[in-house]
Amino acid sequence: MIPTQTANLQLDSSGRLKHFLTVEGLSRELLVKIMDTAESFASVTEQTVKKVPLLRGKTVVNLFFENSTRTRTTFEVAAKRLSADVLNLNIATSATSKGESLLDTIRNLEAMHVDMFVVRHTDSGAAHFIARHVAPHISVINGGDGRHAHPTQAMLDVFTIRKYKNDFSKLKVAIVGDILHSRVARSEIHALNTLDVAEVRVIGPKTLLPAAVESLGVSTFHNLEEGLNDVDVVIMLRLQKERMSGAFIPTEHEYFACFGLTEKRLACAKPDVIVMHPGPINRGVEIDSQVADGPHSVILQQVDHGIAVRMAILSMAMRPDLEASAGDRS
Amino acid sequence: MTERLVIRGGYVIDPANGLEGIHDLYLAEGRVAGVGTAPDGFTAERVISAEGRIVCPGLIDLCARLREPGLEHKASIASESAAASAGGITTLCCPPDTDPVIDTPAVVNLIQEKAQQIGKVRVLPVGALTRGLKGKDLSEMSALKRAGCVALGNAHSPMANTLVLRRALEYAASHDLLVVIRPEDPWLADRGCVHEGPTATRLGLPGIPDAAETVAIAQVLALVEHTEARVHFAQLSCARAARMIAKAREKGAPVSADVAAHQLHLSELDIDGFNAMCHVSPPLRSPGDRDALRAALKSGVITAICSDHQPHEPDAKLDVFPSTEPGMASLEMLLPLTLKLVDEDVLSLSQAIALVTEGPASIMGIETGSLAVGAPADACIFDPAHIWKVDSSFWRSSGRNTPYWGQSAKGRVTHTVLGGRVVFELQPPLE
Repeated sequence: MIPTQTANLQLDSSGRLKHFLTVEGLSRELLVKIMDTAESFASVTEQTVKKVPLLRGKTVVNLFFENSTRTRTTFEVAAKRLSADVLNLNIATSATSKGESLLDTIRNLEAMHVDMFVVRHTDSGAAHFIARHVAPHISVINGGDGRHAHPTQAMLDVFTIRKYKNDFSKLKVAIVGDILHSRVARSEIHALNTLDVAEVRVIGPKTLLPAAVESLGVSTFHNLEEGLNDVDVVIMLRLQKERMSGAFIPTEHEYFACFGLTEKRLACAKPDVIVMHPGPINRGVEIDSQVADGPHSVILQQVDHGIAVRMAILSMAMRPDLEASAGDRS
Repeated sequence: MTERLVIRGGYVIDPANGLEGIHDLYLAEGRVAGVGTAPDGFTAERVISAEGRIVCPGLIDLCARLREPGLEHKASIASESAAASAGGITTLCCPPDTDPVIDTPAVVNLIQEKAQQIGKVRVLPVGALTRGLKGKDLSEMSALKRAGCVALGNAHSPMANTLVLRRALEYAASHDLLVVIRPEDPWLADRGCVHEGPTATRLGLPGIPDAAETVAIAQVLALVEHTEARVHFAQLSCARAARMIAKAREKGAPVSADVAAHQLHLSELDIDGFNAMCHVSPPLRSPGDRDALRAALKSGVITAICSDHQPHEPDAKLDVFPSTEPGMASLEMLLPLTLKLVDEDVLSLSQAIALVTEGPASIMGIETGSLAVGAPADACIFDPAHIWKVDSSFWRSSGRNTPYWGQSAKGRVTHTVLGGRVVFELQPPLE
């Protein structure tokens, strides 16, 4: 083997968060610290003045090469609540369409003395690539890259789970649907396994499960009822139609018939099961409206938690000097 | 100018003639004039001392892209000829995916004339199997053969359908032309960029299953039985493919196979961290596949190791992994990576040398790759124990796209002799 390029790219020489590119390889302690810091920020959103001056004078660039509303908005709100200046660049078709390379785009933005890039890109590895080439003072946060990772979404999901379930080690979590194309699923699997959950299950037809998926530390099910049996948490995934170029499923109708989450199917899970979804949801495709809007659903809470969790990650990456509870600072 | 040369005191390994031992090698008029004993009346114009070195036939590389014509921003025949001779390679086959494609005698002539002017390596073009490599219409195979193509292939471009493939094999067979197939089903490969396995799953990179290779091989093998064409499968990458070739050869099918040197040492694990230098096609597969390819060399199923040299400009690898161009610059790594198999007890030194000399020569039906009296005086002299650093102080190729950059390599060529001329001599000489 040749030497790997991953060696602690995310951490500085003191082991503190420098970039946030993937949950994989981060310690349990660090994940808990992110959640604890997010907890302290949760109160900020309830104040009359919803701001803390932690990142005053810093410039955060939302560099989105792929369309996004929810993620970009929550990052923007999180950065502004930390008093940072925010620059939104929607490069859905990318500057490279004008012949500029990704690296040149980054270099040009660097010349504007920015402090952080939040990157979303259609290709796996984009955030790693940028982190490897940016100036040393710049932090890179992965806002979702291809099928690879969406680490902030995973963190807000485990943060949400912690709100409802006290002990990760006793939990059975099922992730349902298009695992193959899902960066959220990959990040969630890493986060849940790092937090020592009892079991992570993935449920879907073979066409939507990646090769050797068991190597991620999950058990696989192709039958929804069997997979949901006795689980504490169900994470539904969107059927990513825009990523589908092959014959993955016959029809949406058949998909819902086999893998759609209905109240009847949810009854296979534990009585206090919580239902999650990273959004946006396709009602009647992967989830029934009665479930999405029902008593077990925590989908809107996830969105709310997204801001606090992203505030935590932004502040930890850009202000590693802040070891104490950031939310107390005003 | 050819010289009357004596290569004195070297440990000669010539697998084609079962020769191994300390012998003097006498070269004259561009041919081997004697081994061990000087021919009558031989007077040397130059003596090369090879004590403590290995002397073997000049290496033969079945797949090296020179990028000329058309992609000179990546490399040129001049730069890559220099790299080849520094790597001990005296004969190389260049695939047809130049720009323009090698589908007319004019392009064949252009490449060969330029290579001959430079005079550092014999360049044997592989002609296009179909016009423009489009997979639809047969190229003028007979004309390409007359112009000097040793074989025909479609490089990485797929055939439009199995009927065209059948016709191409039949027509090639009627001209007794070898067909080189890089087996990959385009539908199964889809837009994959790495092996479909645990690493691809973890990194979320689109995968290419090994079935993309085996399905393509199965199709060709069925048509080989039907057409009696001679087929060489280029750059195998997986265990199942090696097993299929083994069975076909057992049944007497006229098929052969090679493997790229990097496939014998690297695996999917090496792409971790999105290392674009390990983005190659076919992709690096599982450690088990790598071990099976090594075993297939040992058992004689795969009879050649090639470099699959693909030099790139730096920008080609400076992008997000899926957007980078596949391929490694590897002419100068062919010998060290082959010798590494000896160090790791996979092969004997003689077996290893055979895989880059006699093996590829016999696949292509060419007279180089042997030190028999009368054979072309192509030789490589190297120090198998010398350790050197892969860096700009020595590297000759225009492409620096190798995952080995900055690392140590073992086995250093000191002299390369082409047709009796010393075309490469290490400076400063080794102690």
